[in-house]
Order: sequence, then structure tokens, then C-alpha cells
Amino acid sequence: MKNFLFELKESLLIALYAIRANKVRSMLTTLGIIIGVTSVVLMSTAIKGIDNAFQEGVSSLGSDNLYIDKWAWFNNDIPWWEMRNRKNLDMDDYNKYEDLAKLPAAIAPTIWTNKKIKFKERNVEGIMISGTTYNYINTTNLTFESGRFFNDFESRGARNVSVIGYTVAKQLFPLGNGLGQEIKIGDVKFKVVGVLDEQGSWVMGNFNPDNQVFIPIDCVFKYFQGEKFRSITINVRAPNSTSVEAVKEEAIGIMRRVRGLSYSEDNDFSINQQDGLLSTINQTIGVIQIAGLFITGLALFVGAIGIMNIMFVSVKERTREIGVRKAIGAKNRTILTQFIMEAAVICLMGGMIGLGIAVTLSMIVNQYLPTAVQADSVILAVVISLLTGVLSGFAPAYTASKLDPVEALRYE
Amino acid sequence: MNIITIEHIAKIYQVGTEEVHALADVSMTIGKNEYVAIMGPSGSGKSTLMNILGCLDTPTKGIYDFNGVNVSEMNDNELAAIRNKEIGFVFQTFNLLPRSNALHNVELPLIYAGMPSSERKERAMEALINVGLENRVYHRPNELSGGQRQRVAIARALVTRPSIILADEPTGNLDTKTGQEIMILFNEIYEAGNTIILVTHEEYIAEHAERIIRLRDGFVEKNEKVENRFIPQKRELH
Ligand SMILES: Nc1ncnc2c1ncn2[C@@H]1O[C@H](COP(=O)(O)OP(=O)(O)OP(=O)(O)O)[C@@H](O)[C@H]1O
Ligand SMILES: [Mg+2]
Repeated sequence: MKNFLFELKESLLIALYAIRANKVRSMLTTLGIIIGVTSVVLMSTAIKGIDNAFQEGVSSLGSDNLYIDKWAWFNNDIPWWEMRNRKNLDMDDYNKYEDLAKLPAAIAPTIWTNKKIKFKERNVEGIMISGTTYNYINTTNLTFESGRFFNDFESRGARNVSVIGYTVAKQLFPLGNGLGQEIKIGDVKFKVVGVLDEQGSWVMGNFNPDNQVFIPIDCVFKYFQGEKFRSITINVRAPNSTSVEAVKEEAIGIMRRVRGLSYSEDNDFSINQQDGLLSTINQTIGVIQIAGLFITGLALFVGAIGIMNIMFVSVKERTREIGVRKAIGAKNRTILTQFIMEAAVICLMGGMIGLGIAVTLSMIVNQYLPTAVQADSVILAVVISLLTGVLSGFAPAYTASKLDPVEALRYE
Repeated sequence: MNIITIEHIAKIYQVGTEEVHALADVSMTIGKNEYVAIMGPSGSGKSTLMNILGCLDTPTKGIYDFNGVNVSEMNDNELAAIRNKEIGFVFQTFNLLPRSNALHNVELPLIYAGMPSSERKERAMEALINVGLENRVYHRPNELSGGQRQRVAIARALVTRPSIILADEPTGNLDTKTGQEIMILFNEIYEAGNTIILVTHEEYIAEHAERIIRLRDGFVEKNEKVENRFIPQKRELH
């Protein structure tokens, strides 16, 4: 054991010596591994970042929430044409459900439409306009930069009031707060009574509250589309996560009654939960991960081949040196260790440089995309570069160790 | 007591369909603290013999007994250990590690012997002082003259205190004057009690030895004592 450590230490010193003596070649050798490790770390960082963003985005939906909808959001069991033939959910369904449901903490109907929004000369398009009731706020965890959500009175009276998301506010009122201003949704004037804090995550896209405008649901029906035009969604919040199942059971029972389904008929509605979204997202991330691993694996493989190639050249070039070392007593194993060590040290240095580049890059990228460099990326980089070094160094080192000393000394 | 005894050693190379007898049949003994020169025309098998004596190569036939141990039957690792501890090589082309300084070159056999760093630095230093290179310790081979390089090589050969020094044309790449300096050094080493075998083409170099063995076509042609061996005058090394 002591012998082995001594040999390891000495071969490390010899390796460092050799690397310093062949600076340019060592640098070139590291190039492959730098690229490999950079891409591995970046890829794992990016995947983690995307994953985090999704998880955050999804959990911003609230784990205690159910969504009663005509469509199953993530379900593949029910064919889409069957869902399309379902009767729309309308305000009647909502009102009956609201009357009968005992368990939920809050219930609100939502419907969406898409209109151009204007404030003076400023236009914003592609904004999701959500029509809902005052109770909507109680089905979410939304917080306000200023103002409030519209109240029961405004909601029932279909007053022209609106609550605008963070991004929408920034676009309409880049210089100041929009609270109290009048904006135009389509051709209708609405007063801004509340501006939301930044909430969500980019992964939610249009469903991110930051990109939405909320108005009383009756305004949607009054100004923009007929009540039967589009199916509504009923947002239901359970009092706590343990009661979600009970709320769901109750909702199924009530909705079957409300929709007049007989015993033998299937549900003509779906109860959606964020779980469904999570598993869909996890599948997607799984695919990204496999693709990422494949690509980076390829980069590393190319890097490893490069190192092996240069190590072979190095062994060839140093044939005489190997002969000398053997003549003065180096054993085959000593030569083997020395060259593997050299490859490993070169790769480790490359790995560290690659890690540095990856961290710098991901800090730059982080301004546009979420990324997360973590301790395990560092460990990953070290392990991968050492492993690559040992594996790609083995064949050249073995060749070196088996050289015949007389032949090697004669080599020109 | 003999350090080396070889009996009917042959080394045969297969070149295509032809057999080359680099050594056909060679027997000899080398005693402790002997100074032997090996001579012979080019291709007579001198280097082949030296490689076998130095355990770098194994004979095709014959017996090689080194300090009472049968070397002919040893494996690679055991041969490496013998080379490291018992044999000091000096080559015509010096064979120093080009990118390592003199100290590191001399230290190298001690690393392979497993000696701790501080002790081996001291030993290597001592060996360099012995060959008069205390001022060139941190020079690399390309910063040294040919004679100085050969002295580094001699220091490297001596540093493990081997049983025998093998030198294959150590003055072959040096001018006459520098060659003489190296021969002064070998004489000192010999007088200090070491055993030396030296290959040379030059009669006057061979006459530094006590005995000259002449090879021809892989056989020993002559093996005779030198009547009045040439003892060089000590001179300043530079
Ligand atoms: N690896 C080999 N393969 C084939 N033949 C070889 C090999 N090594 C040596 N020989 C042959 O063996 C013979 C002896 O070679 P060796 O190198 O021992 O001669 P030498 O006496 O040292 O010559 P010189 O004075 O030129 O150094 C030569 O004919 C040479 O061609
Ligand atoms: Mg020769």
C-alpha cells in the first residue's frame, strides 16, 4: 500500500514534469476534453435549470387545485373527438356546482379570450384575457404590486375593471404604475384596479399570470363573445392537500348530476390536476436528458479519441525516453502508471478549464434562460475527466509499458 | 569471486528466413573490481553482449549467472529490479532525458528504487559532485557540453552504487581530449573499487583496462591481460 502510494506520487510528479516539458502538446490534448466537459456541464446545468423552471411553474398552479373542464389536459385515454363532442361547460353548470359543493375552499369560473390591449399610443397583442369572478383570487396565490383584485360587487355588476399581470403592466406602462388608468381591451375601456407582482415562470407561456389580464366574466360575455361560444373552466381549490381527493370525488358526483348523466354514461367532463402536467413535463425532460446525454457523450467520445491519438503520438515520440527509463530500472507497471497518470492529469486540467468555461457561460446564459450550476456539476466534471483520461490513456500507456528496452533505445 | 559468469551464450535474430547470429557462442567471467575492455569490428556482437550482460536483453541460448543468480530465467520485473540495483549503464549517445535537468536525470534510478525524495536528492547531488558537475545541477542536457552530458550519465550510473558499470563506447561521441577526461573519471571509479566493462573501438582507450576481450563474428577471438595498463594522470575536469 505504502509502495503503491509512493509510486502514485512519483508518477504524478513525473507526469507533471512531462506535461510542463511539452506545454503546447499538452494544451492541444486538453482541447478535446475542455469541449467535452464544457458541454457536459452546460447540458446538465441547462437540464436542471429547465427542470427547476418547470417545477416552479407547475407548483405556481397550486397543488391543491382542480380544474373542471370539457377537455382532459394531459389525458391520452379519451380520444379527442370524443371530448370535442362533449357539451360545453357553461355558467349554469358552474352555478349549480357552486350551490351543491360543500368541500372546496374556493370556486371560480374562468373563460379566456384574446384581444388587443391599448393604452394611449401603446399596443400589446397576444395577451390572454381571462374572464372570472372575484372568487378567483381565492383559488390562487397571486400577490399584488399595487391595487387589488376586483370585488364581488364589481364582478356581479360586470363593471369595466381589470387586473393586469406584471409583464403586461411593464409593456403598457414602461415608466410608471398603471393603477387607476384606463386601458382599452378591444374597443372597450377598462379601469386598472390592480397590478400583479411578478409571479410565474416562462415555461407557463400564456398561462403565466404575468402575461394575463383579468376582467369580470360577465364583461367577456357582454362585450366579446356569447355565453355559449366557448366552454368555461371551473377552478376549484381544496382546503388542503389531504382533501384534494375528497373534493375531486365530490366534484365528479355533483357534475354528473348537473350534466344529467345516467348511471351507464361516461363522464362528459374532466377533472384536471397539476400532477398530470408534472408527469407530462417529466416525460419531456426525460427526452431532453437522453438527447443531451447522447450529444455530450459524443463530444466526450471524440475528445477521448483525440487524447488517445495524441498519447499514442507522445509514446511514439518518447520511445527512446521509455527505453532509458526501462534501462535504469523502471518496471512495465511503472511506465504504465506514468502514462495513464499523464493522460489523467491532462484531462483533469482540461476538465477544470472546461468547468470554468461552463460556469462562465451559464452565468451569461442565465440572463436569458434559467440555469443552475451545482456542486454535482463540479463532481461530474472531475469524475468524467479523470475517467476519460484513464480510459483513453490506457491503450497508449499499455503499448509504452510493453516496449522492448533494447529496441526502444535504438529508436531514432 | 566472480560477479558475472556466462557460458555458451548465443543471441540469434530471425531476419526474414535468415538467422543472424549476433552472438554465436560466448563464454567468459568477470571478477569483482575488474576493469575489462571489449573490442571487435563493427557488427561483431559487442553491443548485443553488453545488452545481455546488462539484463536489457535475454540470450537465445546459454547460461547467465549474475552474483550467483540465474538471470536467464528471470521475468521482466525481476530483470528491471536487477538493472535498477545492480547495473549502471553508460551509453555512447548519453541517453539523458532531454527535458529534465541534471539532478532529475541522476535522481531517476533512485525514484524507481523507491527512495524517499530528500534522501535521493542528497545522493544525486553527491554523485554529481563526484563527477565535478556541482555547478551544472539545474542545467538541462542541451545546456551542457558532450563531456558534461556523459558525466551526468556516469553520475546516474553510479548513484545506485551498482555491482557493475557497463559502458558501450562512452567516448565514441566525444573528441579526444574530452574522451580522455571521461577515461580519467572511469579510472577513478575503478580505483574506488568498482567493476567496469567498457566497449571501445580505440586501442588506446582499451589499454586503460586490465583485460581486453576481442570479439569476432559472435565468438570470443582473444581474451588477454593488458601488460602495462595505461593509468591516466589526474587533471582538472572542466
Ligand atoms: N534487432 C536485431 N535484429 C536483427 N539483427 C540484429 C539486431 N540487433 C543486432 N543485430 C545484428 O547483430 C550483429 C551484432 O550487432 P551489434 O550491435 O552487437 O554489433 P556491435 O559489435 O555493437 O557493432 P558496432 O561496433 O557497430 O556498434 C550485427 O550484425 C547486427 O546486424
Ligand atoms: Mg555497438
